[in-house]
Amino acid sequence: MSLKVENLTVYYQTLRGDVQALEDVSFEIADGEIMGLAGESGCGKTTLAHSLIYLSPPMKYVKGSVQLDGRNLPVERMQDMVSFRCNDISIIPQYAMNALNPIRKIGKMIEELVEAKKMDFEAIKPELLRRLDLVKLPREVLDMYPIELSGGMKQRMVMVISTILNPSLLIADEVTSALDVASQKAVAEMLVEFRDQDCTNSMIVVTHDISILYQIADSIMIMYAGQLAEKASTKTIINSPRHPYTKMLISSLPEIGVKYTDKRLEGIPGKPPLLLDPPIGCRFRERCPLAFDKCEEVPPFIEIEENHFVACWKETEDLA
Amino acid sequence: MLKLDKVTKTYRIGTFGSKELHAVSDVSFDIKDGEVVSLIGESGSGKTTIGKMVLHLTPISSGTILLDETDVSALKEDEEKEYYRTVQGVFQDPFSSYNPIFKADRIFEIIHDIFYPDVDEEAWKEKVHKALKDVGLNPEHVLDKFPHQLSGGQLQRFLIARALLLDIKFLVADEIISMLDASTRIDVLNLLAELKKKGLSILFITHDLSLANYISERAVILYRGCIAEMGTTEKIFNSPRHPYTQMLIASVPRLDQKWDKAVTIEENSDPIGYEDGCVYYGRCPLAYEKCRERPVPVEIDTDHFVACWKVTDPHT
Repeated sequence: MSLKVENLTVYYQTLRGDVQALEDVSFEIADGEIMGLAGESGCGKTTLAHSLIYLSPPMKYVKGSVQLDGRNLPVERMQDMVSFRCNDISIIPQYAMNALNPIRKIGKMIEELVEAKKMDFEAIKPELLRRLDLVKLPREVLDMYPIELSGGMKQRMVMVISTILNPSLLIADEVTSALDVASQKAVAEMLVEFRDQDCTNSMIVVTHDISILYQIADSIMIMYAGQLAEKASTKTIINSPRHPYTKMLISSLPEIGVKYTDKRLEGIPGKPPLLLDPPIGCRFRERCPLAFDKCEEVPPFIEIEENHFVACWKETEDLA
Repeated sequence: MLKLDKVTKTYRIGTFGSKELHAVSDVSFDIKDGEVVSLIGESGSGKTTIGKMVLHLTPISSGTILLDETDVSALKEDEEKEYYRTVQGVFQDPFSSYNPIFKADRIFEIIHDIFYPDVDEEAWKEKVHKALKDVGLNPEHVLDKFPHQLSGGQLQRFLIARALLLDIKFLVADEIISMLDASTRIDVLNLLAELKKKGLSILFITHDLSLANYISERAVILYRGCIAEMGTTEKIFNSPRHPYTQMLIASVPRLDQKWDKAVTIEENSDPIGYEDGCVYYGRCPLAYEKCRERPVPVEIDTDHFVACWKVTDPHT
């Protein structure tokens, strides 16, 4: 088991009280698994990704534990996480194209980063060059400034930097969202390539685009308003989802070849609740067509079939 | 309705404007009454520039844009107001379309003050309520709120309601749903489809092919400011002929089939040979000698135009 998260709860501190952005999240990721993490904006997917690696104020650790390869990750202590970052767990940040220092040549910037980790740049360089070949970047980019690269190239450059120390877990936060379809495909395929080449053991791919996850992920976890809704293999989530939110989300996606004249798709009425004062029980209750009395209690995240977890009373009432 | 004829936009770049950048070159297409036409392209393909020229927000370097009988490039300042009664735009980021200091309904007040100063408060309020209902919002819930109290989808529908207050005939929708969540974006799309039924023509600018396919009858594929392919949506999506369109469609992530590994050809950071030749020359797997000349869109089938020598002139 590569990653094991138990009851992780993280709030944002604000003047008006705590925003309950992540509530009792428990899940596991297997060795070599690429897990997609999907949901609407504000559902807590980025909060989850960040709290695993850089839990900084205004984020506030409330409870829960994180284990990586059997070792406890001290996510609540910023300083103690330093030795884990990049070495064991690494992130490709959102808007990675803006993550490069504009006034340093890329090679120089990497050198500084590696030295900050107290490592020898020359020892790492052969591997760095091999990785550049892997993502199909010319080696000359090391002598270029970020402005000379296109968005897709910068994205790939950041991917190389994030994985250069072979982390056990890589978090890719919305890496494909700002790219054109052609670059999107190339970057997504490279993520899989990174896993296949053992640049990283397992991966969390955070995105709002489920069709991308269908292409690359082994499993998909759906979040709603800070709670987990469903986790299962990619095939199961797409073809036979059980949580009403997942069902509605999947059916609202326009696919190529679908026209409104033939098949009118429906959205999900309503909007996500404010997490400053979230509703008691299942947070999807207000928008859920199936909601009943029981939903005033928080539904447990239960395994209904092998590797298929759902948090919905309609599905789990008999089991619980 | 709208007719673009050899529209070109050139920017001067470099020191003292010594170089020219063709953001849009020789683009011609038309949009009929009550039709939705998608303008599809990657970033930098000139799709937003075309939208801005239609909205008279940026001048046209050469060529003409005709809306019914009005020549957009020749609009005088005092004619602009009349033009905007019939043509309006909605843009990508709903959050930056509002002034966060004022309540969101201020956008309606501005329309009231400028275009309908004679309408009294009561009648105007009714008109606003009707427009909000038309876009599927409950006026009770959304009026008298600040922009941050509304969701992206609501703000975007507000902007469409604002455009509807003006009895417009033409809407430029520039990436209006790319910032919205999957659960709300489909509602905005369906709204556009409703408006279309009522006779509104829409220029739907997007980079997302599945959305374009869902909403539009015709599509125009742009690459580096030139039309690569255009025609009815069925023809473009089911039998694309231009190598760029074929590559684009194969790269769209789908839920019913996995990607074919081989087909992606990425943006070349240093494209060569496109100054006078085909703009796709640097990336095209089929490029040959003839492609040093710029291809023009040729009608290969009823309402299906392709700008590619391999397709239109296969014998050379």
